[in-house]
Amino acid sequence: MSSLALAVRDSHTMLRRNLLHVRRYPALTLNVLLTPIVLLLLFVYIFGDAMSAGIGGGDRSDYIAYLVPGILLMTIGGTTVGTSVSVAMDMTEGIIARFRTMAIHRQSVLIGRVVGCVLQCLASVVLVGAVAVAIGFRATDANAVEWLAAFGLLLLVAFALTWIAVGMGMVSPNAEAASNNALPLIMLPFISSAFVPVDSMPGWFQPIAEYQPFTPAIETLRGLLLGSEIGHNGWLAAAWCLGLTVLGFFWSKALFNRDPGN
Amino acid sequence: MTNPNRTPAIAATGLRKAYGDKLVLDGIDIHVPTGTVYSLLGPNGAGKTTAVKILSTLITGDAGDIRIAGHDLAADPQAVRAAIGVTGQFSAVDGLITGEENMLLMADLHHLSKAEGRRTAAELLERFDLVEAAKKPAQSYSGGMKRRLDIAMTLVGNPRIIFLDEPTTGLDPRSRHNMWGIIRELVSDGVTVFLTTQYLEEADELADRIAVLNDGKIAAEGTADELKRLIPGGHVRLRFQDPDAYQSAAGALRDITRDDESLTLQIPSDGSQRELRSILDWLDSADIEADELTVHTPDLDDVFFALTSGSTVPNQPKEAVR
Repeated sequence: MSSLALAVRDSHTMLRRNLLHVRRYPALTLNVLLTPIVLLLLFVYIFGDAMSAGIGGGDRSDYIAYLVPGILLMTIGGTTVGTSVSVAMDMTEGIIARFRTMAIHRQSVLIGRVVGCVLQCLASVVLVGAVAVAIGFRATDANAVEWLAAFGLLLLVAFALTWIAVGMGMVSPNAEAASNNALPLIMLPFISSAFVPVDSMPGWFQPIAEYQPFTPAIETLRGLLLGSEIGHNGWLAAAWCLGLTVLGFFWSKALFNRDPGN
Repeated sequence: MTNPNRTPAIAATGLRKAYGDKLVLDGIDIHVPTGTVYSLLGPNGAGKTTAVKILSTLITGDAGDIRIAGHDLAADPQAVRAAIGVTGQFSAVDGLITGEENMLLMADLHHLSKAEGRRTAAELLERFDLVEAAKKPAQSYSGGMKRRLDIAMTLVGNPRIIFLDEPTTGLDPRSRHNMWGIIRELVSDGVTVFLTTQYLEEADELADRIAVLNDGKIAAEGTADELKRLIPGGHVRLRFQDPDAYQSAAGALRDITRDDESLTLQIPSDGSQRELRSILDWLDSADIEADELTVHTPDLDDVFFALTSGSTVPNQPKEAVR
């Protein structure tokens, strides 16, 4: 078997194992969906009137439109935290040691993880998106190409954050440490333009909020779905995704190739 | 490899591994002919698990030349992995999925066809008495069942060299005897088994050759009989209650070891019926009557204690040496 065919076959086997875990233990998956859905409802129905005044809009429906892109990216962040935790748990299990002593494609353990998590992210985005549509979100200014681009953007972000989350999971000795280490993936959306515009934040903080990974992705998604100005955010988002993917990939690979601790 | 039987299954020389300043393996040599059982015997912390981890490609040693099934471990670890099966000390099963799913996972990773995988999984589940539990999550299994599933998973790829790291530690006596049966069965199929254990009885029962590992060094190596010959042989012990009787017996007998405190005498003996009778005749003719006579034959315990005494293994639990 060629090494590519071996990689594909073994990664597929590992993916099936991970999806089987998700199917057997849906609680962890549903848990990570709860946060974005609760935040969506909270900010629309409880804070919605005050928030829409803050963005200079008219009523609650304007704020729904503003909020949903950020919530969708937050959904991806939350889902990857789940992966981080399950990677950390997995690495302490004997089964991973077994995989390391078998003649299989070495990185297939990681690739199966990443592909599984990206699929999970997409499913989560579809579910949270459906809730958003049900409470009145409409992509007012998106043609077929923009829909496709929006979808591609979400895919790239999911891919980038997943590799980072896998690395975070591997560097963590246990599940608790993993969920602490992955906290930035949960917290960064709160200090992005997800809930309020960056220019409403304190001046010294604005550069941080503007250039952190979530804001460019959120602004790009807004532009694609709602027709707002994208500007340099498109390139920034692409650069962040590429950078984080490369970083996460090599980091995870190096961690996996280390001798496991005793 | 013109004659695979002439190639040793495992040939390692100068195996070294240190974690920081702590030297775990201090240049040990291991040679295991194909089709035999080799047991690495030692107390907790002696370096047994580290040796298995290095030989099974899980971690890299600091030094040493290792060939497994004729393949150089450093140069071609994948070829080594294709030849071996490993059952570690801690169960290497996926607890979240069922026993059957664990078996099918192994079949997929060994690239068996779907039909072949199902057949192999079903056969091994049957052989290891796991058919009833096959559809239950592996985390619900008892210790013995997990160990059986673990070994069944190791056998999916039909490996010719199997590493078993303390396969019976933590098992109840019945499960332990079952495991011995399983290991004997593997050997009768021509599989080479590398076994670590802290139980002398286990090494004595199963192994063709035994190496006593102590403090990162091999203290002795050989067959169980060869090892037993390394230490002072058996003896007959006579115990007296009356100090006068003890003194007169001690004076009358030659080649004895005295213990004046407990009033016992040790006479060297291999414990055979013939030698025992001649000792008894001799005692009768010298008119010596001991209050208690016991025959002590050397066992691996004696070897073990003789070889590993003086070493300081901190927090050594009692059950480490039985």
